[in-house]
Amino acid sequence: MPYTAEKPTQTPTSDELRARIPGWGADLDPADRPSVPRERFDPAASGAHWEFPERQPEKWPRERSVEHQFLTPVFGTGQPLHGVSGKIRRLAYERYSEGRAAHWLLLIAGDRVDAFGSHLRSFLTLRPDNPITETGVAAEFRHHGVASRRGTRRVDLPHQLLDPIVVAGPWLVWMGAAFMAARKVLRATSGTARRRGRDERGAPRRAARD
Amino acid sequence: MRAMVYRGPYKIRVEEKDVPPIEHPNDAIVRVTRAAICGSDLHLYHGMMPDTRVGMTFGHEFVGVVEEVGSSVERLQPGDRVMVPFNVYCGSCYFCARGLYSNCHNVNPNATAVGGIYGYSHTCGGYDGGQAEYVRVPFADVGPMKIPEWLDDDDAVLFTDALATGYFGAQLGDIKEGDVVVVFGAGPVGLFAARSAWLMGAGRVIVIDHLEYRLEMARTFAYAETYNFAEYDDIVVHMKRITDFLGADVAIDAVGAEADGNLTQHVTTTQFKLQGGSPVAVNWAIDSVRKGGTVSIMGAYGPLFSAVKLGDAVNKGLTLRMNQCPVKRQWPRLLEHVRDGHIKPSDIVTHRIPLDQVTEGYHIFSAKLDGCIKPLIVPSGN
Repeated sequence: MPYTAEKPTQTPTSDELRARIPGWGADLDPADRPSVPRERFDPAASGAHWEFPERQPEKWPRERSVEHQFLTPVFGTGQPLHGVSGKIRRLAYERYSEGRAAHWLLLIAGDRVDAFGSHLRSFLTLRPDNPITETGVAAEFRHHGVASRRGTRRVDLPHQLLDPIVVAGPWLVWMGAAFMAARKVLRATSGTARRRGRDERGAPRRAARD
Repeated sequence: MRAMVYRGPYKIRVEEKDVPPIEHPNDAIVRVTRAAICGSDLHLYHGMMPDTRVGMTFGHEFVGVVEEVGSSVERLQPGDRVMVPFNVYCGSCYFCARGLYSNCHNVNPNATAVGGIYGYSHTCGGYDGGQAEYVRVPFADVGPMKIPEWLDDDDAVLFTDALATGYFGAQLGDIKEGDVVVVFGAGPVGLFAARSAWLMGAGRVIVIDHLEYRLEMARTFAYAETYNFAEYDDIVVHMKRITDFLGADVAIDAVGAEADGNLTQHVTTTQFKLQGGSPVAVNWAIDSVRKGGTVSIMGAYGPLFSAVKLGDAVNKGLTLRMNQCPVKRQWPRLLEHVRDGHIKPSDIVTHRIPLDQVTEGYHIFSAKLDGCIKPLIVPSGN
């Protein structure tokens, strides 16, 4: 019990553990632990042979955190900012520090715009996005999808059911919106045709009735 | 070259991309021979990490052969077999000079709160990763290390993150002889943290998860006492009961942003992105450890806020320790442990997946199919 001074839980002796577990206690001395102390000033240890690194060429305006004094000498060059998602992301970097939720929420918004725009653009290519092959869901049939879940107490199963909604939900919303818009256009078009037809048959025009 | 490419949340595919060029005099281009999918890659895959751009190649765990070096590279040459820490770092900034390689200030223009990481969004610098045939490796004289001949690729690739991070997590627990250590999460990092806790003299190592096959690995690989939290009404109370109501001396969170155990927390995080990460595991760690104890956080979390129980941590007088692992700092000692037979990293590898099948590999790992614990990617397909 913790209600008295002695530590309550009994553990095996060190000799017992050393006999049972390979390497037990090899790093018992903190001096053998490489990250003890956490900070150790030794600039020569890294292998760097520069005081400040040579600068990598900046081939296009590279976005950076406002918490940096200048562009770091080395940076990743993949996926430069572009389009609407690029504008959102640039706003996040130029306007808000990392301490502001707006910075991260704008970046997440930029991610969603980027993903949606990329999906749309993919339909103009010879390799459109394919939700079956790109989600790897076919692995359910080849890698024991049912057996991996049956008879276990896994607690991740309820939220796994939400995954298809996360993937397909935005598409369904947009497809629904496109359907509604198309229906509205069709109705407006057919309404115009009906009115024109009545006009041609000599039906009185609304303005004439008035 | 062929490379895994992100297409949006839950969607990836293999595409043809240009072989990356040398961008800086101290760059190297490495032909990847083994890569791995990390649990933290799933956070990207699920669209949780801000500024994850369509077209990015993931992969921060990889080894390979040097194909080309920049003009100022002195320590490597084409043909060298190398392992590459997941940290991109310069070796010379304020932080690197003090051994905090994961906190380098010279490699990530997009953020100051995190260093550079291969294939881990633009928030971590915008570097394409190693789940590809080739990868650009900045600061080739600093990060990569030639792989000893006696170490095979399947073991070496685990040095680049999972093994080093688990070992680092145990160190941050400041374990003393006879300590009771509880590890939340029986994934690769949790398994290595549990095994490392013994190296540091733990008297009892407990591993918590809800996946029975992973708990089985924790018993056989990490010699741990295990509990399935799905079988208990309240795992924190159970932790108190099995420690005579004192609590563990050290708790290690080896789960991170997609922790299960509370459906609301998980759904608000993974599905709806309203938190930087599900705080379930870290809160269980805070509540399971004894007053005055230490919580080591190795799980990866996004930069947004999470509902962490700081009040309990304050009132219990806990020490909270955390960081991305400065990987290369761990290597000399870990190489000794592996060479001496204390640990065989590749024992936890369950799947070897050709790069062309990486899409299914992500689904297998994400949905926890087929007893998956650690999937490796083999670009050559062998």
